[in-house]
Amino acid sequence: MNKRYLAFAGNPNAGKTTLFNTITGSHQHVGNYPGITVDRKEGTTTLDGNRIDIVDLPGCYSLTAYTQEELVARQVLVEERPDLVVNVVDATKLERHLYLTIQFMELGVPVMLALNMMDDVRSKGIQINVEQLQKDLGCPAVGTVARTGAGKEELLRTAVDFAIERNGTWHPLTISYGPDVDPLLECLSGMIEEAQLLQHKYPPRWIALKYIEGDDSIIEQGRTLAPELSRQMEARIQTLREHCLKTLNTFPEALIADYRYGFINALLKKSVVVTQPPSARLDLTDKIDQVLTHRVIGPTLMLVLLYAMFHITFTLGEYPMELTHSFFALLADGAAAILPDGMLQSLIVSGVIDGVGGVLGFVPLIMIMFIIIAFLEDSGYMARMAYMLDKVFRSFGLHGSSVMPFIISGGIAGGCAVPGVMAARTLRSPKEKLATILTAPFMPCGAKIPVFLLLIGAFFSEHRAAVMFSTTLGAWVMALLVARLLRSTIIRGESTPFVMELPPYRLPTLQGVLIHMWERTWEYIKKAGTVVLAISVLIWAAMTFPGLDATQEEQFTSTRLELEQRLSSATTPAQQKQIYTALEELEHTQGLAALKHSAAGRLGQMLEPLTSLAGFNWRTNIALIGGVAAKEVIVSTLGTAYSLGETDVDDSSSLMARIQKDPDWNRATAISAIIFVLLYAPCFVTIVVMARESSWGWALFALTFNTTLAFVLACAAYQGALLVL
Amino acid sequence: MHCSIRHLQLHEKARIVSISASGELGRRIRDMGLVTGTEIEIVGRAPLKDPVAVRLRGFTLTLRNNEADHITVEKLEPPA
Repeated sequence: MNKRYLAFAGNPNAGKTTLFNTITGSHQHVGNYPGITVDRKEGTTTLDGNRIDIVDLPGCYSLTAYTQEELVARQVLVEERPDLVVNVVDATKLERHLYLTIQFMELGVPVMLALNMMDDVRSKGIQINVEQLQKDLGCPAVGTVARTGAGKEELLRTAVDFAIERNGTWHPLTISYGPDVDPLLECLSGMIEEAQLLQHKYPPRWIALKYIEGDDSIIEQGRTLAPELSRQMEARIQTLREHCLKTLNTFPEALIADYRYGFINALLKKSVVVTQPPSARLDLTDKIDQVLTHRVIGPTLMLVLLYAMFHITFTLGEYPMELTHSFFALLADGAAAILPDGMLQSLIVSGVIDGVGGVLGFVPLIMIMFIIIAFLEDSGYMARMAYMLDKVFRSFGLHGSSVMPFIISGGIAGGCAVPGVMAARTLRSPKEKLATILTAPFMPCGAKIPVFLLLIGAFFSEHRAAVMFSTTLGAWVMALLVARLLRSTIIRGESTPFVMELPPYRLPTLQGVLIHMWERTWEYIKKAGTVVLAISVLIWAAMTFPGLDATQEEQFTSTRLELEQRLSSATTPAQQKQIYTALEELEHTQGLAALKHSAAGRLGQMLEPLTSLAGFNWRTNIALIGGVAAKEVIVSTLGTAYSLGETDVDDSSSLMARIQKDPDWNRATAISAIIFVLLYAPCFVTIVVMARESSWGWALFALTFNTTLAFVLACAAYQGALLVL
Repeated sequence: MHCSIRHLQLHEKARIVSISASGELGRRIRDMGLVTGTEIEIVGRAPLKDPVAVRLRGFTLTLRNNEADHITVEKLEPPA
């Protein structure tokens, strides 16, 4: 049995991934390229009993080294040397798509073309002479329709035959770059060949070309391996550069691009005939765009759509989420019944089951949201949203595509930062993406809302809507301002060029949407599941240990025994009821004492002198510390801290009354607490996801920076409010 | 008449005369097929007048006005 290794490559929107999905079906898996967040998609299929491994390279427009996607594509080709590159191109836009093909050929890697979207080619009145094209390019080309799977058999067969024929040999294509570039190119190739620079990886002429194009990655390698040679070459290129600027008012790399397009145009003149001039017709996409990107209708429809999407995600997600919650509640009850009372039970129930349940509770949300996102992305509407909103977000150093993560994180109150941060995947600009990830958790997510409701109910019950609205508005203002601040300080730098394709509208394939959804969900379960379990146990320990010492424990036990004795001797129902209440109170007092005694409790008390600047007493501190685990914990811990027992998030009326009566709490404290809860450290599931999407460094930065910012603002608000109110 | 893409009217057609962008922006522009001699047509502007949508080589791409400023064009025909 022969094994073949193919790499699918092509521009974004060429239908590459759709073709990959049709061919490999469910036989695929997603991993990561080490150190970066670009997905590595691999799959297998068989042809005549022979196994074919396929890697789906990230979509890219060029083989330079500006984006992670391009670097990865290049690395796979050079390091792994696939038997053949199947270059998937949109056959209706050959002129631009062949730009990448030519670069594969210049590198010398064995390559063939999958002329995708052949159905569109016919309907657009384009005729492609495939024979001629194959002859001129010197490689096979097969027409396909990725969405229906048409042509995939022939494609694979041709690929395998050609891979066998080429047998892994590389034949670099030589293109003339005109009288200015060619002589230098020859000269540099000679120097590189003589010095044997990177000779086992790249052809000499290609290295020379990359030097002239100013490819950072190659130049850096050259400088390390052969500093003197590199210096000489760079000096000569500088001379050419000055010459080009003086005589032609252009750059060498622009000349190279001109000649590449010239080469492609000459090639296409022979093999492609357009019988219908494209400008004569207004195609469907243009018609849809006249409405969807209309000056007034466009933004209105977008807002409606965003709201609908949000609404669907969270209403539809509610049922499976509740199911998951009930399942884990049941599991916790079961474990509590089976296991004997004590530390092990507490660890399993409060540490493990609650922690894992908390993580898996998000799964339905993530699934629904990624179905919608995949739909918006595959249909082509996402690009239009970025196009319409870019102006607004750009002024804050963000990108038009930042809107999605913000909305999902709670830009419409009640979202969730976990899928929100994951949605930042759609941003292709690294700096803008990072700023989006760091600021999206400011949004009022669904778990912060009960805290707001509690405080609003206790202190601003007459201005409920107004306070809630200003909180959401405040979150947006803070997110955008902080993004601006970050982009002009630690994530400083030119905004990434917006130059972006507006792909034609297409109906997404069900398979594509489902695969996309499952990839993301599985990734979340895997990554978050492991880390979250560990942190969850850690937080449980902080809120449990050290337990009460023996004397205190004994005191509680003896009081309980005494009460129970009185209960057995009690005669009237009234007496019994009184003792029951006393017992319950005793349990709450013990719970409070234990919490106060624990590491988290001690930390809360220790911090009181500092946090009193923002109006928080030690009880509030403990609740806020617990909130780092999950914001839902704030209300329930506050219940324990006010010795009310575990308080249900949805029913906090008794807690509300308690807080109202507490002299430590007033309107100023409430305002300060709302601000703090809104802005402080993201919950740890979010932190894990943030680390996954950026790095642990940035995730920990968010943890400290957000908490500091929240605290400073809360103090300012508290002190200010004390003066005014 | 030479001007930058920013100053073209909707549906106006033009041919690229020169591109002054270098570095990453220059590369992105070239990779997307915007090179000297290419014919383009303005097909839309975002609701806030920026970015602009340009049709070339059978597809549509968008760029911000300040990016479009680097691209000098000559108008091909007056808008109908």
